[in-house]
Formats: sequence, structure tokens, C-alpha cells
Amino acid sequence: MESYLFPFDSLICMLLGISFTVWCTLLLVFIIVPAILGVSFGIRRLYMKSLLKLFEWATLRMERGAKEKNQHLYKPNSNGIIAKEPASLEQEIQELRRSGGGSEPEFDMSDIFYFCRKGVESIVDDEVTKRFSAEELESWNLLTRSNYNSQHISTRLTVLWGAGVLIRYGFLLPLRVTLAFTGVGLLVVLTSIIGLLPNGRTKNYLSEKVHLMCYRICVRALTAIITYHDSENKPKNGGICVANHTSPIDVIILASDGCYAMVGQVHGGLMGVIQKAMVKACPHIWFERSEVKDRHLVAKRLSDHVADESKLPILIFPEGTCINNTSVMMFKKGSFEIGCTVYPVAIKYDPRFGDAFWNSSTFGMVNYLLHMMSSWAIVCSVWYLPPMSRMEGEDAVQFANRVKAAIARKGGLADLLWDGGLKRGKVKEVFKEEQQKLYSKVLVGSGEDRSRS
Amino acid sequence: MGSTNSTLIKIPNVEELMQETGFSTAHIIRLHDRFKELDKERRGYLCPRDFEAIKGLAINPIGDRIIGAFFSPGRETVDFYTFVRILAHFRPADNSRPKESSSPEPINSRTNKLKFVFQLYDLDKDGKISRIDLLKVLRGMLEMQVTEEQLDSIVDRTIQEADLDGDDAISFEEFRKSLEKVNIDHKMSIRFLR
Repeated sequence: MESYLFPFDSLICMLLGISFTVWCTLLLVFIIVPAILGVSFGIRRLYMKSLLKLFEWATLRMERGAKEKNQHLYKPNSNGIIAKEPASLEQEIQELRRSGGGSEPEFDMSDIFYFCRKGVESIVDDEVTKRFSAEELESWNLLTRSNYNSQHISTRLTVLWGAGVLIRYGFLLPLRVTLAFTGVGLLVVLTSIIGLLPNGRTKNYLSEKVHLMCYRICVRALTAIITYHDSENKPKNGGICVANHTSPIDVIILASDGCYAMVGQVHGGLMGVIQKAMVKACPHIWFERSEVKDRHLVAKRLSDHVADESKLPILIFPEGTCINNTSVMMFKKGSFEIGCTVYPVAIKYDPRFGDAFWNSSTFGMVNYLLHMMSSWAIVCSVWYLPPMSRMEGEDAVQFANRVKAAIARKGGLADLLWDGGLKRGKVKEVFKEEQQKLYSKVLVGSGEDRSRS
Repeated sequence: MGSTNSTLIKIPNVEELMQETGFSTAHIIRLHDRFKELDKERRGYLCPRDFEAIKGLAINPIGDRIIGAFFSPGRETVDFYTFVRILAHFRPADNSRPKESSSPEPINSRTNKLKFVFQLYDLDKDGKISRIDLLKVLRGMLEMQVTEEQLDSIVDRTIQEADLDGDDAISFEEFRKSLEKVNIDHKMSIRFLR
């Protein structure tokens, strides 16, 4: 019996050996070497175009299937459930009064309708909560996560979807995980080696090259297809780079196109190892947990870093938390108080390929990374905006809002007044007071008219 | 009405709910999604804390009154049906529906809308808006912006104008009468899309 197996055995070994070698060569030639040199074969763009065609076809099939059954496709409407009146508080209350037909009373029982309706409108659909859950899509991208019309899928689509699952989990995921490990491993090892060199130009040059290379490998590990616009505005030394935040991947996306000094808390575990290694090669700013509370200390360290022209620009995400990439929330003013040039950057992910938003209350980091690596691809655009500085007579908050508006406009995101901290915390009393002030003006205003007559 | 949609199947008694409230299939699905969004801990019901987390409601001067309207006295939780039934108050009136005298009044009728607003004013739920009730609500709407005397005078005048039977409080009928010229349907309706 055993004699049968021997020839097969060696055949299998040979086949395995060959396929392994081929695999490694392909990996090296198509992924690692371009990453080192910073060139691209354009394979990923081709991949992206073909995926788009596939998704369009899939959506059409679903629509056709729905029409046959004479039903409507449930199209998640990204404009919301209800139509809101854009009229202001004053206008609405005046209208209410007028329709009541009475003489100018100071207060009318009907005034409450306005507040009541506004309150219930926000229960049904509010701007802020929407931003903290993943964006809804118009077409289907063959991922179960974003499908609302499961009963409309024909057999052909199911087969396609099944093939998609096989490809994504069987081929893409292991590939990406290996790349990720390679990238991170290389980063740690090489930066530690560079750390042994004396400080000087060679060290900076090498550290730059190493960082770029490893981040590029990580970018390929996620199959991220990034388009950089306006690279002439790239951040320079002695400045702060400010960007909107959607996921932890933002860092990798920006850092693969330029070198930055990172800011963050010291973590334990694998992150801690990476952080320690990175700081050996070039100065990053890592804070102990206790130091984070001390705003003056934080501001001082940041200003010291910025004042040193030889140090890289600092990368900061002022929103403070991940937003779902449909809007930009209030920027925390800390980084805008330092008084140096700010280089705004807008990052916009294309949601058709995979949702990059990290909802930290739903997923942990590992879960999130697995999700990312088993999506088709991550497509995003990065716009480098021209540098901005604080103008005369502008305080940090106004400056922050100006930068935020510029980023929102460029990236096509909604510019919201709300604080990203609202994801977890309560609204500040000051907003409620605003509403009360407006209403009292309406009352007191009409009171003045009365006293005049 | 196709009820083969998988989400609808998950909601029991949904046909009844649609009959009672007049919401369409699409509306119910959206409201269910919204309910799930608000119910962050996935318990199947909402408690006051979930409502307080809505920012638009937190800055509303009568936000806590509106939240109170969802929870009937003694209950600490709101399930999906109650949620939809209360929101049904804000549907625009459908004049196309045939008026049968035997069927119960629809939730979004003028009277029911007025009743909803009445309970926002009637804090102690005794069926009348007393001076104290009105004072408390006005204070919520104005807080620091007016003095106590101004508040008192507003309350005095309002009760004087609306109180017809002289009991120094506003009953539901008096409330209804004082608002008879206001287009309640327009002001108390939310346009649900599609």
C-alpha cells in the first residue's frame, strides 16, 4: 500500500516547492520591489476599474430582479428619513402667531409647537448620530455587510458573491496578512538598526527611506488605491499637518507619501514595540498616559518640536475621534494655539469598495483590521491644501473653524459645528442656551413693540 | 403590500402597526433602523438615557418634556410599537382616507395632536395646565433670559386669556379653543420622505 504513495509524495513536494517559489517571486517583483522604489505597475487601478464594472452589473441585476417581482428595492436614502424645514426659530414662531390671528401677544401657547416638532424631528433623524454609524450605499458591492435586499439576489449573483467570498478570504486575506506582517516587521527591524547610527544627514535620509518603504508595503497590504492631489502643498518641516479622521488607516495613507512625526499615547504590546522602534530612527512625540491630561505640557512639547526646523512636520487629527467620512466635526483647538503654519489635508474614502470607518464602540481594532483586509479594496483621495496661518485678531477657535471649513469643502464633506466628543459625551449647556436666547428675543422683541404703541 | 422583506418579517404584528398608525412599509423599516440606531446596547427597548443621547434633543429647551411624553407613567422603557405609535402623531393628516364613523380616530387627527401637546404642558398630569405647570415649562424655554417677574406676568396673562371657566387653570377644552385658529396639522407634522 505504501509503495503507491511514494511517487505521489515526491510529486506533491515538488509542486509545493515550485508554487511556493513562484508565489514568493511574484510577491517580490510585483509588490515589495515597487514599494521600495515607490513606483507602481498600475495593477491596482486596473483591479479597481474592473471591480466597479462588476458592482454596477450586480446592482442592475438586483433591480431587474426586484422589478420582476413588482417590488421596490429598499434603497437606503442617504438624505435621511424626513424633510426638514430650513426656516429659523424666529420665522417659524412669527408664522405660528400670525396664523393664530390674535393681536401681538408676548407668549402664545402655540409657540411650543415649534420646539415640539423640532424635538421629534431630531428623534427621528438627527445630523449627529448619523455621522457615527457607517454610511449607507446606493449600490451593492458584493459584501454581505452592506446588503439590504437579500431577497432580490438571483442565483447568478449568489454564485458571484460566493466566488467573491472565496477570493477575498482564501486569496486576498492571507496575502494581505503576510504583507502586513512583512511591512511591520521590516519597520521595527530597520528602524532599530538605523537607530544605532549617529545623528546626522545620513541617518535622516535613511530613516525617511525606510519609513516610506514600510508604509508603502502596508498600503499594499490593504490594497489601498490612493490618489494624491496637489502634492505641491505637501507639509514641510516646522509645520503641523492637520487632517480629518475616519480610521486608524489614515496614518498609513498619509505617511506613505511623506514623512511625518507622529503624535500619540504610549501603548503597550505590539503597538508599543513599534512606537519604540520608530522613535529610534527619527523623533516622534509619544506621551505617557498621565502626561496627556496636562495641556500645557502637551502644548510645550509640540511647540518645541515645531520650532526645530530639522524635525519633521507633526501629524495631528484634531477631531479627536473617528467620524464616518460624510462630514467634518469640530476641531479641538489645542493644535491651533501653537502658532505655526498649518497644512490642512482632506481625506475622502470611496465607500463603494469598502467602508473604512472605524466604529470603536462596535468593533475592536483586530476585528476592524480583519474587516479591512477582507474587503475588496480601499480607495481614497487625498487633497493637500495650501498652508494656512492664524490671522491677526483671530483666536484659536476661529482659526480651527476656518481650517475645518476648507477641509470640508475640498473633500466634499459636510461641515458640522458639532463636537466629535459628542460620540460619547453630553452636549454642552451653551448650545441649549443659544436656543433659549433666540426664543427670548422673539418674546422680548414683540414686548418692545407693545410698549412703543 | 409585499411583506416578503426580511426586515419586516423580524417585526411581529407589523401589519397591525401599519393599520393603526398609517405608516407605509418603507417608513416602518426606516423607523426600525432608527430605533436600532438609538438602542445602542441592543436591548430591544429604549430608556430615557438613549433619548438624552440625541444631541438635537439635548439642546431643545423642552427636550426633557418630549422625552417624558414617550414614557407613560410608571414605565421605564419604550418598545418599538410605542415608539412608532407616538411618532405617528406627527404624520400629516391623510384626507384621502374614508371617514368611517365606526373606526377609531386616527392617531394623527387634530384632537390627538393637541392631546399630545397638552401633555407636554400638563406636568403633573392632572388634566389641567395649572399656573405651576406653565411656569415650569416657560422656565425651561427661557431659563436665564428673562426675570422671574417677566415669567410671572407671562403666565398670568396666558392663563387670563385662555381660562374661560375661572378655575385658574387651562383644561383641555380651553386649550383646544385657544388654538382653534392655528393650523395644527401643518405645524405639528413631519414630512416623512417616500
